[in-house]
Amino acid sequence: MRILRAIFGHGSGRIGGLIVCVYLLLAILGLLGLTPHNPITQYRIDRLHAPGAAYWMGTDLFGRDVASRLMAGIGQSFTVAFFSVAFASLAGTILGLAAAWLGRRWDGVVMRIMDVLLAFPAILLALLIVTVAGPGTWTSVVAIGIVYTPIFTRVVRGPALSLKTREFVDAARTFGSSSRYIVTRHLLLNLVAPLTVQVTLALAWALLTEAGLSFLGLGTQPPAASLGLMLSDSRNLMETAPWLLIFPGLAIMISILGFNLLGDALRDILDPRMRRAFA
Amino acid sequence: MNYLLRRLATFPLVLLGVSILVFVAIRMVPGDSITAMLGTEAGLLTPAQRDSLAAYFGIDQPWFVQYWRWIGGILHGNFGISVTYGRPVLDVILERFPLTLELAVLSMIIALLVGMPAGIYAATHNEKPSDLGVRIIAMIGQSTPSFVLGLLIIYTLSAGFGVLPAMGEFAPLWQDPLRNLSQLILPAITLGFAFAASVTRIARSAMLDVLSDDYVRTARSKGASARSVIWRHALPNALIPVVTLSGIEFGYLLGGAVIVEQIYALPGLGRMVLDAILQRDYALVQGSVLFIAFNFMIVNLLVDLAYVALDPRIRLGEQ
Repeated sequence: MRILRAIFGHGSGRIGGLIVCVYLLLAILGLLGLTPHNPITQYRIDRLHAPGAAYWMGTDLFGRDVASRLMAGIGQSFTVAFFSVAFASLAGTILGLAAAWLGRRWDGVVMRIMDVLLAFPAILLALLIVTVAGPGTWTSVVAIGIVYTPIFTRVVRGPALSLKTREFVDAARTFGSSSRYIVTRHLLLNLVAPLTVQVTLALAWALLTEAGLSFLGLGTQPPAASLGLMLSDSRNLMETAPWLLIFPGLAIMISILGFNLLGDALRDILDPRMRRAFA
Repeated sequence: MNYLLRRLATFPLVLLGVSILVFVAIRMVPGDSITAMLGTEAGLLTPAQRDSLAAYFGIDQPWFVQYWRWIGGILHGNFGISVTYGRPVLDVILERFPLTLELAVLSMIIALLVGMPAGIYAATHNEKPSDLGVRIIAMIGQSTPSFVLGLLIIYTLSAGFGVLPAMGEFAPLWQDPLRNLSQLILPAITLGFAFAASVTRIARSAMLDVLSDDYVRTARSKGASARSVIWRHALPNALIPVVTLSGIEFGYLLGGAVIVEQIYALPGLGRMVLDAILQRDYALVQGSVLFIAFNFMIVNLLVDLAYVALDPRIRLGEQ
C-alpha cells in the first residue's frame, strides 16, 4: 500500500502508473475478446474505412476493425512481455544468486556464459532464437527471455556479492542458518528493490523487442493481431490510410513510455541514493 | 597495461563461446541451405548434384568436422563461402560494413550534438520549466521505437511534402558523398533520436551529480564564472557516464540496425544477417555474428580505456 501511495505521489509515477493501468485493462479486454468488433472478422464492404462512429480507428485493407485489433494486439504484446520478463527475471535471479553465493568457479562459468550472450546485439540474438524455433508467440517469449537473462544476472550478482560480505550474513552463518535460508531471506529480500525497478524497465524493452520481431514477421503470426505486425502492414498504405500507421505507432510508443515512467519513479522511490541522479 | 592484456585474453574465450552458440543455433534451423538457396529448383537436382553441392560448401561432413574446418579456416583468415552470394564471407561482410559503420557514426554524432547540450542545459536549469520540457522530450524520445519514428518520418515527408526518402541503389561515401548523405541522413536521424534522448538523460543526471560536488562549489566560491565552472570543472567529470552509454550504444549499432535498414531499404549488415538467417546461409551467419561480436567487444574495451583517459583516478582492473 505504501509503495502504491508513493508511486501516485511521484510525478512521473502517477502518469506512468495510469498509462500502465489503462493498457492492462485494454490488454485484458483484448485477451478476453471483449472488443468492439471481432478483431479477425473481415467487413469487406468497409475496407480501408476512415475512423468514425462505427469503426473508431478505421478499418484495414481487409476491412478488419483497427481498434479491436489494437486491443487484441496489446493483449498479445503484454502477454509476451510479461512472460518473457518473468522468465528472464527468474532465470537471471537464480543464476546471479548462484554465481555470487557459490563463488569462484561457478561465478566464472556463469558470468562467461552471460558475456557470450551479451556480445550479441539483443535483436540479433532474438532473431536467431526465433528462426531456430519457428516464429510464434511462445517462441518470442523464450527468445526475449533469454536475451534479457544476462541483464538480470548482472543486476542480481553485483549487489549479492557485496551483501554476502556484510556482517548480518556472517552473523546468520554463526547462528547456524542454512545456505538456503541466508540466500532467500538475507540476499534475495535485499534485492527486491533493484529487481522491481529492473522488471519495470525490462517490460518496456520486452514490448519494444516484441514489436520489432513482429514487425519483421517473426513474432505473432497473422491473422492474429500484434502491434508490430499492424505497423508493418501499414507501410504500403500509409498515404491512403494513415490511421493504420498512427494508431498502432502511438499505442506502442505510449505503452513503452508508461513502463519507462513507472520504472523511473520506482527507482526514485526504492533507491534513494539514485534519486537525484535519475530524476 | 596489465588490464589491457587480461581483457584481451578473455576475447578468444568469449568468441569461442559465441562461435559455438551460433554454429549450433543456425544448424538447428529447420530445412537445409541448398533447398533454401535454390527454392523450388532444388527439386530438379539429382542426388549426385545435390551431394556435390553439399561437398562444395562443406556441409556434407559431420558437424564437428564442419566446426573444426570453420575455426581452422578463420585462423587463416578464411571465413568460408556464402551459399547465397557464392563469394567469400569476409568479402560480403566487408562490403556491407562501411554503410553500417557510417550509419552508426552519423547517429552518434547526432545523438551527441543534440544530447550533450540538451543535458547540460537541463542540468543547469534544474527544476525550471525548461528543464521539465527537456526531460519530457527526452522521455518521449527514449520511448519511441526506431521503426515507429522511421515510418512517421516517411509518412510526414510523403504526405506533407510529397517527397520520398532517397532510396534506390546505395551510393558509397567516397563515390558520391552528397547522394550518400541524402540516403543516410534520415536513417541516422531515426536511430539518433532515441540515442540522443538517452544521452540527454544521462548527461543531465551526471552533470547534476558533479555540480553538487565540493570541488565545484569551491571553484564557484573562488569566483570562477558559471561558464568556466561548467566547461572546465564539471563537464570533464560528467563525461564518463556519457562515454559509457554512447560506447555501448555505438557497439550495438555496429551490429547493424535490422529494422531501420529494412524500412529505408539500406544494404547494411543488419539486413544481411537477417536474410542470411532466413536463407540458412550457415557460413555467412556464423561469420557475421562473430564479426559483430568482435566489434562489440573491441568497442567495450575502448570505452573502458576511455575512462582512464578521462579520469586518471580510475585504475582499471581493481575491484
